[in-house]
Amino acid sequence: MSEPESEPVTGSVNGSVSQPSLRAERVTVGYGTHVVLSDLSLTLPRGRFTAVIGPNGCGKSTLVRTFARTLLPRSGEVLLDGVPLGRWKPKRIAQRVALLPQSPVVPDGVTVRSLVARGRHPYHSALRQWVPGDQEAIDVSMAATGVTDLAHESLTELSGGQRQRAWIAMVLAQDTDYVLLDEPTSFLDLAHQIDVLHLCQDIRDRGRTVVAVLHDLNQAARYADHVVVMREGQVAASGMPSDVITADLVRDVFSLECEIGPDPQAGTPMVVPLARS
Amino acid sequence: MRPLASSTRSEVPPTRANRSGRVTPVSAIVLATGLLIVAGAVSLVVGNGQIGFDRVGMVLLGGADEYAGDVVAARISRTVMGAVVGAALAVSGVLIQGVTRNPLGEPGLLGVTMGASASVVTATALFGFTGGFASVWVALPGAVLAVAVTYLLGRQSGSESVIPLVLAGAVVSAVLGAYVQAMILVDPTTFDSYRHWVVGSLAGADFDTLRAVLPALLLGVVLAWVCTSGLNSVALGEDVAVALGVPVARVRLGSIAGATLLAAGATAAVGPIAFVGLAVPHLVRALVGADHRAQLPVALVLGAAVLVASDVAARLVAWPQELMVGVVTAFVGAPFLLAAVRRGKVTT
Repeated sequence: MSEPESEPVTGSVNGSVSQPSLRAERVTVGYGTHVVLSDLSLTLPRGRFTAVIGPNGCGKSTLVRTFARTLLPRSGEVLLDGVPLGRWKPKRIAQRVALLPQSPVVPDGVTVRSLVARGRHPYHSALRQWVPGDQEAIDVSMAATGVTDLAHESLTELSGGQRQRAWIAMVLAQDTDYVLLDEPTSFLDLAHQIDVLHLCQDIRDRGRTVVAVLHDLNQAARYADHVVVMREGQVAASGMPSDVITADLVRDVFSLECEIGPDPQAGTPMVVPLARS
Repeated sequence: MRPLASSTRSEVPPTRANRSGRVTPVSAIVLATGLLIVAGAVSLVVGNGQIGFDRVGMVLLGGADEYAGDVVAARISRTVMGAVVGAALAVSGVLIQGVTRNPLGEPGLLGVTMGASASVVTATALFGFTGGFASVWVALPGAVLAVAVTYLLGRQSGSESVIPLVLAGAVVSAVLGAYVQAMILVDPTTFDSYRHWVVGSLAGADFDTLRAVLPALLLGVVLAWVCTSGLNSVALGEDVAVALGVPVARVRLGSIAGATLLAAGATAAVGPIAFVGLAVPHLVRALVGADHRAQLPVALVLGAAVLVASDVAARLVAWPQELMVGVVTAFVGAPFLLAAVRRGKVTT
């Protein structure tokens, strides 16, 4: 790997110092011969909670994985602070962008605290496997996700909701500007889904940028500040939920006839499928 | 409950007392060190030659006859060798189990043992030497070469699966095993010296052999230490590891290289010794949990203790004869491994 072209503050072309930013520019990503994202450009709005929605197979997961550089684009680039990810050291990326994949492996015998501590890896080196600040970051992350009391429990013995909180604590301990969550609510019951969505809002309120792949449009509209709607590897629409989620969009993107009403609690758009005629 | 009765225990609710945190790494190391000291001390005083506790004491104080001196010197070198080899095999097993996420992982999995064996058999058949010091320089490169072939065959770029690697190891081991069988059937001399080598024995251990393999072992331990933190991340899946900035391919390669150097060095020094590399990592995990940074030092000490203790047992079970330690390790290790399994503490 190359040495430090990757200092955090990089002069931008027009001479001013660029703001922290994460954006994809005309990226094409695929597996084998199958192209998943084609020529997609997107800037993640800073300090917001963005929900990525779209039908199955539209490339939502691929998109967040590309932003975290766990997938490499065939063409185009993802730019962090205006600098292509390829020019950053992997550990420096990991200090800025955290990703919780869809179904991470849970090794037996790992305790919650030990898992959360692994989020500190980007700050370590072969010779320094503990740095000042680890302790605080771990404690704060566990407190923020409410898993402090579970610190010494084995991950495999927790309920799905508790386990997801522990994983989120791990990515929080990474102490990044960007927190990307790939389907953090899937496989959880409704109460725990809402729990995780509240957690996403809390993380945003602490000044992080949160991006979560969600399946439920109503939840996306209600809890996120910004939605990115994807269709066949491209961004079909993006913006505030109330602007973006319309009956036309749902028909176009999801092939579902629906009526949009206000969420009785928050007034956000709520998708109600039409009755079968 | 009386105040001041216990310090840390009372802070943790008893029902869920560190259910998976088990014991701290420091207390595990202390425990293993205690075992090692006891086993080492016993190792100096038992064995044939009728040199008991009193005469060993005299030797150590500098006032004994030459015969007793020689016996004790031999016991010291086999004890040191046992400790070093046991430590190397245990750490090698930790790395292999970590990188393949396979509970049956042991140093032989990727071809170390059969590589060394095939190499020794070939050299014996071609050059006619019968074990001893020369086999070190034959076994070491043979083992390393076998794993290199396994790695090249089983490597799949961009694939998270380590199954191709494990299968490649099985293939390489099987082919080399068949070759070894063929050679020893054809040539009786080969068969005889190989039969002694392949069991694994500390009886002829000397410091020259140790010095010859030490660089490989030290390099292996350094590689192991460098890779532990990365292995912790790789254990969470490749996506998580990459997102944490871990160079997954390099961690895998480094761990395999470290494990190979350790196991190859150990095997070259004393022959293949089974079970230590399989069982000790399980015991270590049962003691300190899944953190490789904690496992490594505990495995070093516990591996040393287990092999020295096995060697003591090897000298005692058939008194006044002695068995080769490679025969005994399984008997010594099995009860501990079984106990760990039965208590449900064995994990991968």
